Amino acid sequence: MTGNVGNVGLNIGIFAVFVLATLVVVYRASRSNRTASDYYAAGRSFTGSQNGIAISGDYLSAASFLGIAGAIAVNGYDGFLYSIGFLVAWLVALLLVAELLRNTGKFTMGDVLSFRMKQRPVRAAAATSTLVVSFFYLIAQMAGAGGLIALLLQIPNSNRLGQSIVIGVVGIVMVVYVLVGGMKGTTYVQIIKAALLIAGAFVMTFWVLGKYGLNFSALLGSAVEASPKGEALLAPGLQYANKVDFISLGLALVLGTAGLPHILMRFYTVPTAREARKSVVWAIWLIGVFYLFTLVLGYGAAALVGPEAIAAAPGGVNSAAPLLAFELGGEILLGLISAIAFATILAVVAGLTITASASFAHDVYANVLKRGTASPGGEVRVARTTALVIGIVAIGGGILANGQNVAFLVALAFAVAASANLPTILYSLFWKRFNTAGALWSIYGGLAVCLVLIVFSPAVSGSKTAMIPSADFAFFPLSNPGIVSIPVSFLLGVIGTYLGRREPFNAEKYAEMEVRSLTGAGSEKATVNH
Amino acid sequence: MSTLGERHTVYQQVQATPEFGDLRRRLRRFVFPMSALFLVWYLVYVLLASYAPEFMAVKVAGNVNVGLVIGLLQFVSTFVITTVYVRFAGRTIDPAAERIRHGIEGSA
Repeated sequence: MTGNVGNVGLNIGIFAVFVLATLVVVYRASRSNRTASDYYAAGRSFTGSQNGIAISGDYLSAASFLGIAGAIAVNGYDGFLYSIGFLVAWLVALLLVAELLRNTGKFTMGDVLSFRMKQRPVRAAAATSTLVVSFFYLIAQMAGAGGLIALLLQIPNSNRLGQSIVIGVVGIVMVVYVLVGGMKGTTYVQIIKAALLIAGAFVMTFWVLGKYGLNFSALLGSAVEASPKGEALLAPGLQYANKVDFISLGLALVLGTAGLPHILMRFYTVPTAREARKSVVWAIWLIGVFYLFTLVLGYGAAALVGPEAIAAAPGGVNSAAPLLAFELGGEILLGLISAIAFATILAVVAGLTITASASFAHDVYANVLKRGTASPGGEVRVARTTALVIGIVAIGGGILANGQNVAFLVALAFAVAASANLPTILYSLFWKRFNTAGALWSIYGGLAVCLVLIVFSPAVSGSKTAMIPSADFAFFPLSNPGIVSIPVSFLLGVIGTYLGRREPFNAEKYAEMEVRSLTGAGSEKATVNH
Repeated sequence: MSTLGERHTVYQQVQATPEFGDLRRRLRRFVFPMSALFLVWYLVYVLLASYAPEFMAVKVAGNVNVGLVIGLLQFVSTFVITTVYVRFAGRTIDPAAERIRHGIEGSA
């Protein structure tokens, strides 16, 4: 295999059809965008099943499709471990967060965190961590686009300009989705993309299994034969040498999902808490089944393409799934799967952009700067401008981060979400005494500890695979900070609550939040015009 | 907060009712232990994968080993907990929450 597979024209053609079709959908959806609630939360008019499909579209990023399939193909079982953390994490969202958040908030995570606290400092903190998480996630997706381009458009890694132009195009299309379609348009893009992705994975999975007479054990045997790692492919330990680092990663994955702002914001697009629950149930089934597909696809790529061919291809490990598609169905299936992978990146970055812009406009501009006096129209204008700025930053960051380790950036986003967001979400929903000081200590403390440990970790310096391999200022031994930063953030929430600045207990707001979160009384209704 | 004065908001009055206390207790009695259960089960899995790879590599049937079976059981337990919770919420939480909400929104 030369590394150049497929037909570039066909790949671009299929992708162009997807972009055109979704732009039409987005344009049609935009005609009903009038209020702030329309722009941020799609008028709360999606059903639980629609939102569940959109959530899986938002969650099944390029990292989880290409990354996990590739990790299984090359490192076997350890890639599978990733997907289990990503799935089990949804139970935190289902049992503890989704419904209560839907009932309490309006547009952003900051709405819930600041509900019974002092508005301005807590909203500023919530917006800060939202922007940081979204930024890392966004850069990861954009950098991933670079690797994918290398394979699909046969623009080699040496051609930085060519790859940069394509990253720019991805950024521009994403900004158009967000500006034109708002949350409604973005949601439709995610629904379409999720349906294509899951259908594509389904077809490939049964195609692979069909080659082995639907015998999964025979597939595993063939993968073992094709891999230089042999039997080790089926057991844990190939990818993660450091045991504590692996546990740290596992914690960040399982606790990060329910703190991801772009996932939380999706719960506002449905009319009731019951529909929010239904969306999580749909998401869990779709995501779970999809990860089962990737298990087959990963071992299938190991067996049919071979780990050496995958590693040698432009795009490296991430090219396992597209190469498998080529092996199975030739140019046409490769073109389809490639277009779907591209669509995945587009849809995820659009979701992140709308979340980050909403947080800036609603939390920072309307509530921190304007102290709640901004008109909804002015707020949406600010959100649109912010989306444009974020688009430019994402294009620039994506070009700079092109070639960086995508999985590391995504794991970092999860670690920050689990450390800075989740403790405050849980405390403010379930702990009566929790107060403003506790929230600020937990958010800023969790964020700071997480970022500092990352900077001084082997992921940034002091190893061959680091971001800056030439320098060595690493003193923290783990590449994922979760095992330290998550407990520290939970602890800081308690310490801040008891030792931080005292404030009188707001019994009224506490009662409103608790009753509202559990019963939905007074919660935001669908398609309100105000 | 146990006495209902006029200066209390409708939310404070509702919060003090036994119906609401009962709803909160039932929800917490379900979600807290269930969360502890799945987190411990997940941690057991992660620890086994880190510290007992030989055990995970033991073959069960054909090329399918213990690690794969336990990993797939994580999927099964996630699906089961989801289904059990939906049933619990539909039977126990939704009717009570709806009654209380109608009480509040009707009076507001």
